[in-house]
Parts: sequence; C-alpha cells; structure tokens
Amino acid sequence: MNFPNELRYSRSHEWVRIEDGIATIGLTDYAQHELGDLVFVNLPEEGDELTAGEALGDVESVKAVSDVYSPVSGTVTEINEELLDHPEQINEAPYEAWFVKAENITEEEELLDAAAYEAFCEEESKK
Amino acid sequence: MKLIFEMGAPGRGCDLLAECPTPYTPTNVALREKPLHLPEVSETELSRHYTELAKQAHGVNDGFYPLGSCTMKYNPKINEEAAALPGFTQIHPLQDTPDIQGCLEVISETEQALCAITGMDACTLQPAAGAHGEFTGLLLIKAYHASRGDDARRKIIVPDSAHGTNPASAAMAGFDVVNIVSDAHGCVDLDALKAAVGDDTAGLMLTNPNTVGLFDPNIAEITRIVREAGGLCYYDGANLNAIMGITRPGDMGFDVMHLNLHKTFSTPHGGGGPGSGPVACKAFLADFLPGVRAIPAGDGLAMSRAPHSIGDVRSFYGNFLVVVRALCYILTLGREGIPEAAVGAVLNANYMMHQLKPYYQMAYDHTCMHEFVLTLEQEKRTYNVSALDIAKALLDHGIHPPTMYFPLIVHEALMIEPTETESRETLDEAIQIFIDVRKQSEKAPEDMHQYPLATPVRRLDEVTAARKPVVRYTWE
Repeated sequence: MNFPNELRYSRSHEWVRIEDGIATIGLTDYAQHELGDLVFVNLPEEGDELTAGEALGDVESVKAVSDVYSPVSGTVTEINEELLDHPEQINEAPYEAWFVKAENITEEEELLDAAAYEAFCEEESKK
Repeated sequence: MKLIFEMGAPGRGCDLLAECPTPYTPTNVALREKPLHLPEVSETELSRHYTELAKQAHGVNDGFYPLGSCTMKYNPKINEEAAALPGFTQIHPLQDTPDIQGCLEVISETEQALCAITGMDACTLQPAAGAHGEFTGLLLIKAYHASRGDDARRKIIVPDSAHGTNPASAAMAGFDVVNIVSDAHGCVDLDALKAAVGDDTAGLMLTNPNTVGLFDPNIAEITRIVREAGGLCYYDGANLNAIMGITRPGDMGFDVMHLNLHKTFSTPHGGGGPGSGPVACKAFLADFLPGVRAIPAGDGLAMSRAPHSIGDVRSFYGNFLVVVRALCYILTLGREGIPEAAVGAVLNANYMMHQLKPYYQMAYDHTCMHEFVLTLEQEKRTYNVSALDIAKALLDHGIHPPTMYFPLIVHEALMIEPTETESRETLDEAIQIFIDVRKQSEKAPEDMHQYPLATPVRRLDEVTAARKPVVRYTWE
C-alpha cells in the first residue's frame, strides 16, 4: 500500500495536496483497495462550493456506492472529466487520478500526515 | 445457448398473434424509417427457447431460496387461478362503474384487509413496488407538512442499517437525508435519534424488525421521540412477514407505511415484476392519497379521488391482478392463518440460525425474527474465503444464495430468510449444505474461489458489465 509523504490525508480516506492556494483532492490507495473496482464516478461542477467534511461526489463499485468527502472548504475551479469515462484510473493510479481542484480555501478538516494516516489505516483494517 | 435474435430464418414465423381486426394505417409521425427487425422463429423454436431459459434460472418452484429481506415464499397456485378468472382479465379500467363492481370490490376488500393487518385507516393500491410505495409515502408526509405551512421540515432521518431504497426515496422526494448510527444490536441508538430530531425533521423511516432480523425493543419510544419533535414516522413494510397478525405498525406509532404484496402476501417476484407496494396511512393523511379509491355508493361502489390528492403515482389502479392474488392469499389464510404464517417464518429462521451457530459466526447472537445475518469476517481473514465465495459455492448445491453484503453495517454479511413455506426436511438439507460448504472453506480454501462449477454460467465479470454494459442486441 502506498502513502506518499508529500500528501495529507483525511480519516474518510481522501488525499489532498495544497500548493499555491490550490487544493487537489483524490481518493487514497487504501480507499480504492477497500472499495474494489470502481465503475462510476460522480463529480461536482466547476464553481460549486465545497464544505469540509461534506460530500463532494461519490464513487460506485460493484459492491456499493460511497460518498467522497471534501477535506477542505473552497470553490471548485477544475474537475477531472477523464475520470467520468475512465473510473478505472482511480484503481490503477489513485494519486494521479485527482477528482477536483479547489481555490479560496477557507477551512481544512483535521488532516493527517502520511505516517499518521498509514497507522490509521492499519487500525481500520483490524476492526 | 443462442439468443432468440440468433435463431430462425427470414420468413419463418408463428401465428400466435391474430391479425388486427381493425385496419390501422400509421400516420407519418409514427412511421418508422426502417422496418422493425424482429426475430423470425416457429412456434416450436419459440416454445423451446423459453423453456430452456426457464431451466437455466432458479425460482421458488425449483428449490430453496433464502434470499434475506426479499421473502421468497412459495406462491400458492390458487392465487393464479383467481387472477386468471375472465371477470378480472377480460375487463378494461375505463369501463363504466356498474360493469366493474367486482373489481372495485376486490380493491375495497384488499384495502380494508391491509388496514386491519397494519393498524392503519386508509390505503392506496396504486404504487407498483416497495420503493415506489416509499416514494409515495414520503410525498404524503411532504403534502402534510406543506398543508400546515410548515416549510422548514426538510429532513428525513434514516438509520445506517436501512434498506438503500429508504435514503434514495427520501432524496427523490426532495428531502435531505440524515443518517443515524445503530447501537450494538443493530437497533436505533436513542441518543443519536434525540440529537437528530428538531424543527427541521419531516420524518423518520424505519423497518421493524430491522434489517438484521431483530425487533427493536424501543419502538414505542422511537416513534414518540419523532412525533414529539413534530415529525411523522414511516414504516418500511419489507419485513412485515415476521409480525403480520401479531403486532401492527399502526399500534407502534407509525403514521404511514408501504406493504410489499410480492413479499408478504405471496404474489410472484418474477422477472423484476410486476410487484405491488400499497401505501397505508392514518386517517389524517387519507386526504392526500393518490389515485382513485373505491368507496360505498348506493348498493355498490363508486370511484372517488381524495380532496387533496398528491395526484397519480401510476396509471389506474396499480398492478390490479397482483392485488387479486394477494387478496386470495389473505382470504385463504384468514384471521388465524396470517399470524400462523408469521410464527412459522420466525420459527424457521431461528431453527436454521440455531443449527448453523456452531459453524458460522452470527452477526448478532440473539433470538431473531424472520431472518438472521451471519458474518464471514473471520473466514475472510483466516482463509481468504469471502461471503461471495460461500454464496457461489451454494449454487452448485441447488440453493439460491442468501443476500450478500447487506446490511452494510455487517462486514462479509450473508442474510438468510427461509420463510414459513419450507418444510423441516428442506431446512435440514439446506443446513447440511451450509455446514459442508463451511467445512470445505477450511479444508480447501483455494478451491472456494472457483465455484460455481455446475451452473449455466460461472462467475460473471461484473466490473466489465458495469463499465461497458451491453443492454441490447445489435444486428450486424
């Protein structure tokens, strides 16, 4: 399982990279592994307001539909439209298959660094 | 096997359909550019094709079908006889009221019987299935709050153990969904409920017995909390088979509910329909009911629309012939037989659970109602054998697998509902098969990933089916 050091993570299994005031958000390797093969992705629209801790979209695997939560509050400036036709990219390269980019970040959820998130996932899989 | 499109030859056909007695010339608007490409097969080919398809399927007439939450009980043949009577089949909903008195009587009697069983005051037979009933019930709740000018009530509370259709129906009806956690027994957490209710609560959706097969002991307290906050209580009738004739949702404090005639009242589930999901409610919601209802008028019955009706949720009277089957079942069982069926369902489930307990981990080790949930979490961790592997292995033994991976609050779940219509011998056979499969997953765990071996198709590629669905035949 991969936990890149340069990213930060939410307890609901999203990763976020904040650079020059732009947050890039995706699903973690652990999340895609637990969900299994993804077959459908629902994304917000450009200009939509995100609220930290609330759903920004959802993903569907053959098992279930799961919400994807936003780790930050802000405004969506870009969505990764390619994911809509190729949800398998999330399974293949979860840290390249970003969902949305957001600006005007006003709030962040309590986020974990790579080591803390890895420990959190280890606890989760024992449950 | 071949698809029907791949059979036959040009010019071949059969005369099952008589020629249209009234000449009909389509207008330009309705005319197709190209003739419709239909299969051209003889009656022999046609008949064999569908018999072959039937042989490749598994239904309650083939064997045990313990699909939890779906109540796959046997459909008595007398129901079919009643539904095939020409008085019910050779009739049109637009005929004059005096001509359809028999049908109206069926509608009226069924409504009364369902109200008596559920403890409700009024009923509509229009919704075509369970989720359609949920949607209809929620529209009644919405209409009620709107009629009082209470626009703030926008939230529907749904426990995390609920059927997925509950939050989906609430969202479709325009409500915001609030999820609340379950307690250690899979029942409603009273503190979580108290924290969730308020001036914005439109209502609560709940099934009782709940999705793990337990009767919520706090049910009266739950409905009281919601009602005191000004919300209404919706009962999901999916699990009514466990309690019919014993206790009533109307007495538990519920205001509105649906029934699944295709589950509880022995009408067929075949081919995705037709189902029937009548909605029953307390008197204060009756004015909002959809469709037309049969009411006494003179010596007979007349059709009448509720004064503040939400409109139609389906054409005419819903799936009427399904209603005929359900009424036939209700009258066959009667006041004594209906609770007896519920008792049998609960007894059969507890018998199976008790016999399987030494071999499988129960999600909730508790006397169950009509169904129980086991978890393959340990097997998954120790042998890498999942609930899916066990379910697939059962197929080779002529058993339809239980419901898998539901409810979502139990990991690696299998949900078993034997129903009251199975004999002790069938249950014993099934129990032995479950035990054998469990032993096999310990002895030869690797083999478990390749089952089923004996079915017409093996494991299907669900991912490709979802990502690149082929939903129609394409002619070359």
